[in-house]
Amino acid sequence: MTGSTILDALTLQLGYNASLVAVGAALLGFAAGATGSFLYLGKRALVSDAISHATLPGVGLAFIVMVTLGGDGRALPGLLAGSALSAAAGLLCVTWLTTRTRLSEDAAIGAVLSVFFGLGIVFLTIIQAMTAGRQAGLESFLLGATAGMLRSEALTIAAGGALVLALTLLLRRPMTLASFDPDFATASGLPVRRIGLAMMGLALAITVVGLKIVGLIMIVAMLIIPPVAARFWTDRVGHVVLIAGVMGGVSGYTGAALSATAPDLPTGPIIVLVAFALFVLSLLFSPGRGVLAALVRHRRHQARVHVRQGLLALAQGQPIYEHLTLRLMRRRGLIRPDGVATEAGRAQAARALLDERRWQILRADPRHEAAAARYDGLTPLETLLTRDQIAELDRTLKPEAVT
Amino acid sequence: MTLTLAAADGRPAPAEDLAHFPLAIRGLTVSYGEKPAVFSVDASFHPGAMTAIIGPNGAGKSTLLKAALGIVTPLSGQITCYGRPLARQRERIAYVPQRASVDWDFPTRVIDVVLMGLYRQLGLLGRVRQRHLDTARACLDRVGMAEFATRQIGQLSGGQQQRVFLARALAQGADLYLLDEPFAGVDAATEKAIIAVLKDLKAQGKTVVVVHHDLATVRDYFDRVFLINTTRIAEGTVAEAFTETNLQAAYGGRLATAQMGAAV
Repeated sequence: MTGSTILDALTLQLGYNASLVAVGAALLGFAAGATGSFLYLGKRALVSDAISHATLPGVGLAFIVMVTLGGDGRALPGLLAGSALSAAAGLLCVTWLTTRTRLSEDAAIGAVLSVFFGLGIVFLTIIQAMTAGRQAGLESFLLGATAGMLRSEALTIAAGGALVLALTLLLRRPMTLASFDPDFATASGLPVRRIGLAMMGLALAITVVGLKIVGLIMIVAMLIIPPVAARFWTDRVGHVVLIAGVMGGVSGYTGAALSATAPDLPTGPIIVLVAFALFVLSLLFSPGRGVLAALVRHRRHQARVHVRQGLLALAQGQPIYEHLTLRLMRRRGLIRPDGVATEAGRAQAARALLDERRWQILRADPRHEAAAARYDGLTPLETLLTRDQIAELDRTLKPEAVT
Repeated sequence: MTLTLAAADGRPAPAEDLAHFPLAIRGLTVSYGEKPAVFSVDASFHPGAMTAIIGPNGAGKSTLLKAALGIVTPLSGQITCYGRPLARQRERIAYVPQRASVDWDFPTRVIDVVLMGLYRQLGLLGRVRQRHLDTARACLDRVGMAEFATRQIGQLSGGQQQRVFLARALAQGADLYLLDEPFAGVDAATEKAIIAVLKDLKAQGKTVVVVHHDLATVRDYFDRVFLINTTRIAEGTVAEAFTETNLQAAYGGRLATAQMGAAV
């Protein structure tokens, strides 16, 4: 795989079929990101993991049934129908266990996921032993593969993705309301239980449609990673859905195109790795919730606190022991290397002390209750009150304090 | 309905009278597991009145409200809103849930939360138009939160969150307002703002029902009280029902005499 093949793949130069698959994967990824946003917001993301693992026995059983009936065991519609049925059975099990027993949802998910997956592996083993099963290639449903994908299959995936996306957008308002505040939604007359079912149904549809490209082990990542990454960039549901969709689409497209460059590259893991890269970028560089931005904000706040404390200590003639405080004040030219206050340092210290004294008076005065609530030790009072109000406070200050 | 029912004053009243009450509850039992949280409760909330539902912790106050709204499914009992089944009267009821019942890190802005109160008008795909935004802003203004419209809800203080919830209920434009502990853990300014809005609603002839925990403010804030401790203890005007005997019956030993002295 050379650089130019990768470029060819990304620019859809690898032939009609590979291009079709890449477009299908992009649509699927977009739909998965958008639908997954609501799972994530409704804190139901892990249920999709149970759904996806529960598809496997359906795939195996459908194959066995189709072969027994004398048909082609690999017919995609049959396999997808089988996977949908067993995924629905798995979903019902999780729902039943959580609502009818004292089992918590995570325990129910764990139990259902492993049992269904185990059952599916047993079926795959049986299929391996069948004459028709040798070349079944059902393992590709585990990790996804685009090599040798039929045109009709790619079209099915693209159409399925588009349909799920349309339904998700149609239901976005009730799903948002039911995720944020289910009690209020019920009180407003929304069928919250049915909305939850619809949400799970959409996740199930994504899983089934994505089975061939992404594989059942990785599909959950397509539903969860893009929304989680998108959350770093925005504080609005609509934008989370949109950004998650774009990230999912980019991952699907890139992953499918890259895996088309070599016959043995599994598609699912590559798609997930691309999505993960987008997640890491978001985690680090988002200006609002990102790790780096938070670090910078923390440092800045820490510096403000230290300098303020240092200035107050200077003004009251107290010694400063903390190394960080001394270093910060030296760097700002407030004290000399030997720790003695500079001209600027003395001026600022006096101002800080005056501000603190004004705050003390203000906080003791019930008329200023609202402003007093803003006290944090750092905000200068001048930014909150008018000049006249400050002048009035100063009249209550002892004359020697105002210098 | 052929039963004769006990009205608020204890005299039997014909079933037709249900139409008189914004909210009437008859024989309501709600169980969690095999323990009734609310047992065989009758309640009639009077039109145009401000009623406090009071009782000790775990007495079933919130459960009563949630059952009245169809949020929890009762084991038995009948709930009517202006004499008709709840399902057909949704647009006449507004609800303020407990603040702690939602995740405040949800990616949404203050104005979007208030717009949720307009869901019945907007429907599945209706576009949010200028008049919807105007309504939402006006509701925020009534609770003194207009300047916070575009804030992310995670940046609000507890009191501000509670006001946003109240604004959302106002946007519903209902006749009956049900509030679950709106004064729990809020600052004094918020409590004042909320009570002003509620009194304003009352002045407009709306009915307000509040799950309340602060006995000291009952007399100042409310016209009527409903005392509950799993079963109904008492119901009536503050003068009739908010008595030491009834409080003792509802709270038992859990209420210090000093507290009661302050309240009654």
